[in-house]
Amino acid sequence: MSKPAKQDPAAPAFAIVQPGQPGQQPATPYGIAHRGGAHNPSVEALRAQFGAAILRHEVTWGDTTVYVERAKVGEICAWLKADPSQSYEYLVDVTAVEYRDHVRPIEVVWHLRSLKHRRFLRLKTELPKDGRTPLEVPSVWGVWKGADWLERECYDMFGITFAGHPDLRRILLWEQYKEGFPLRKDFPMRGRFSRAQQLTNALAADPEARYSMEEISIAEAYGDLPADVRQRLTGGEKVGE
Amino acid sequence: MAATKTIEVALSTTGMGPDGRPQRIPLGAEGLTSAPPGLEPEMQGEHMLINIGPQHPATHGVLRLVLELDGETVVRCIPHVGYLHCGFEKIGEYRQYNQIIPWTDREDYLNSMGNNVAYVLGAERLFGIEITERCKVLRVIAMELSRIISHLVWLGTTCIDIGAYTPFLWSFQERENVYKLLEGWTGARLTTSGTRVGGMIADVPDGWVEGLKGFLANFPKTLDQVDRMLTRNAIWVGRTVGLGVMTPQEALDYGLSGPMLRASGVAYDVRKDFPYLDYETYDFDVPVGTNGDVYDRFLVRQEELRQSVRILEQAVKRLPDGPVNVDDPRVILPPKHKATSEMESMIHHFKLVMEGPRPPVGEVYVPIESPKGEKGYYFVSDGTSKPVRWRIRPPSYVNLSAIPKMVEGHLLSDVIAINASIDIVMGEIDR
Amino acid sequence: MGLIAKPDPATAVSYNPQAQEGWITTRLDFLVNWGRANSLWPMPFGTACCAIEFMASAASHFDLARFGMERMSFSPRQSDVLICAGRVPFKLAPVIRRIYQQMPQPKWVISMGACASSGGMFDSYAVVQGIDTIIPVDVYVPGCPPRPEGLIYGIMMLQKKIMEERMSNTAIRDEIMPDPTSQLYIPPSRIDELSEPFGNSVHQTRSMP
Repeated sequence: MSKPAKQDPAAPAFAIVQPGQPGQQPATPYGIAHRGGAHNPSVEALRAQFGAAILRHEVTWGDTTVYVERAKVGEICAWLKADPSQSYEYLVDVTAVEYRDHVRPIEVVWHLRSLKHRRFLRLKTELPKDGRTPLEVPSVWGVWKGADWLERECYDMFGITFAGHPDLRRILLWEQYKEGFPLRKDFPMRGRFSRAQQLTNALAADPEARYSMEEISIAEAYGDLPADVRQRLTGGEKVGE
Repeated sequence: MAATKTIEVALSTTGMGPDGRPQRIPLGAEGLTSAPPGLEPEMQGEHMLINIGPQHPATHGVLRLVLELDGETVVRCIPHVGYLHCGFEKIGEYRQYNQIIPWTDREDYLNSMGNNVAYVLGAERLFGIEITERCKVLRVIAMELSRIISHLVWLGTTCIDIGAYTPFLWSFQERENVYKLLEGWTGARLTTSGTRVGGMIADVPDGWVEGLKGFLANFPKTLDQVDRMLTRNAIWVGRTVGLGVMTPQEALDYGLSGPMLRASGVAYDVRKDFPYLDYETYDFDVPVGTNGDVYDRFLVRQEELRQSVRILEQAVKRLPDGPVNVDDPRVILPPKHKATSEMESMIHHFKLVMEGPRPPVGEVYVPIESPKGEKGYYFVSDGTSKPVRWRIRPPSYVNLSAIPKMVEGHLLSDVIAINASIDIVMGEIDR
Repeated sequence: MGLIAKPDPATAVSYNPQAQEGWITTRLDFLVNWGRANSLWPMPFGTACCAIEFMASAASHFDLARFGMERMSFSPRQSDVLICAGRVPFKLAPVIRRIYQQMPQPKWVISMGACASSGGMFDSYAVVQGIDTIIPVDVYVPGCPPRPEGLIYGIMMLQKKIMEERMSNTAIRDEIMPDPTSQLYIPPSRIDELSEPFGNSVHQTRSMP
């Protein structure tokens, strides 16, 4: 059998800057300033493309953070991936941050990486906790499939819905979890129910009954379904991808 | 050299394909919802729903896979995770920065030292601290040792899943040798908690480096043994080639990283592309596969083991003398004799233990190359001694989300092989 | 001293072989217990890091096969001892309960590690604070994770416990469910009240939240 090629440049669909080639050789960064410093050139490109949707940017410990308008997130991410001068083909993470200071909004964070240009960008959008704004942002599943589970987890932990996600349901906790969204700051660390109550709830759940709508649309299992689930199915609840 | 004998072996498959690999007989590949052509109509039945897990020997932890099968071919796969969800990120918000380190051991428990180093690299950038030279090399040693033991577990458990029991015993025997080293250094075999913000738990003891050299001298023999047994083994090749193929574009789209991504042909390794701990000064190669199947992932990981040995040999040669911990009383505890005699040190000790080191306001994300892929911790600090948000970017979580794509059209037994090739660790997936 | 009741001769089990049992029953007891103790087939319910130490115990350096335990049965129906190695979140609780119920008698449970014994370092919203709240445990092995020697010590303790079982004591193989008519029965609502300082996190006072 052939051994795998070592750093075979012909294999990937894009060119990686190799050490020794024109361009910079990547090195361990030292002496990074807390604030300020060179920002990611994508900031100017974003401003040129989207104008007012780009609210502000900061550079913290060498990482550039760009605050954008919530409604435009989908377009911005699609452009960042498709445009050859940006080429952020790799989605690292989707997460959210809620601060201990009550007045600060919840921030939804996207970590993007461009392997071709060797850049890292952090996109943020703010969701004010004023009770009038729904905790909803556009999903980037259409841009990167890797956002699938990352957004599901963000929903599970924070209650932030991602509009356009094909199958937004809880992933780490079970779907009927009643205590709330754990990573919110008003959620106590040990949960809202007593330990005895949590155990009772947990043991009352039938481990085999936890199937998603998609799974139980398979005809063979139909007969074993509980009545309310069958109702949901016949009512035409959408199955996910 | 004695004269070699050529033995003709009659293969049950149709023989070698044009690319020099054994050909797989496709089973009903066209139109997955219909039975293979030529089969009697009464064999074309409804699809079956099979539940694997969450308690199952071959799922590498508490993973639940629900498969829709057409005969033995998988039509759809829906994974369920969360059976090991413990609330790491929530707990992290109530702990000081040094107190979180034991939790980093327990999430990817096969790569504890690697996680510890990843964590403190991020925390030190958040604090704005630069570590000593000796500490850097020791951390490289820790990370590569950790990579070795993680890949060894992967090797052992994958072999068991596919049916070979012996490499499991070999790999765990080698792990015992590394465990002796880790225990000598940190006091624990598996959950090491070996780093602190600004340094390490302790310097390596006397004679430790010789022990490491002894391990490095013997370990490649085990790798050669595994190579001899598996790499050109017809059963192994037949069971792994052509399985779970991800093209480079798909792999990038799904956010795969680590050996999963490199086996598909994308040469992205955080150590090379976004280096840390002076990895650019070490001479090592990054193996990149071509087909993106299970066999390529196996080859990539085998080669990574050899490259880790290479890095370790260089690190051992260049280990400089000097202090391990940075000399900063804001983060590092003073030595005990000073803390009990000097007033200033006593106050520093008190503050660091009771309140913990406090970083400036900010946020940071420092990725490293864990054996599973790109691992990073995202810290958000508000100036207090406990992080506002501690996010773990789990490589196995994102890698596992591609499994429905990878197992479609394969057989039930292939599902196990593909699952094994992703190298998941549920502690990291569920956190 | 007056609190220790005298054993009721009708139901008491004697540990003095000469006292009330015959020679044949004691030899049978010994034989059965010896067979059971030295061929315990473990059901490794391994979830997290302890599972890796369990695998290391089963590997060649520490070798559980010396104890007759090399046949890891992953089907509960063919196992003797459930070794719960690792933390058990609430999502997994009904699963381990179901698996325990699927095991045929005689069965034992070893709770390996701090997380299985008491929740360990995960005192959070998601982790069961000790599997003994769900299934009865025979031996607790502390450690995080316990060294293989520690696990082996726990297994040897279990073997000793098995050797002390007696066939005449039929109660030990009964699966006890809470009996509402018993004097000791506590209704679930009262349990919630009783677990106030430790359970309901809103009134948590023993340490910071």
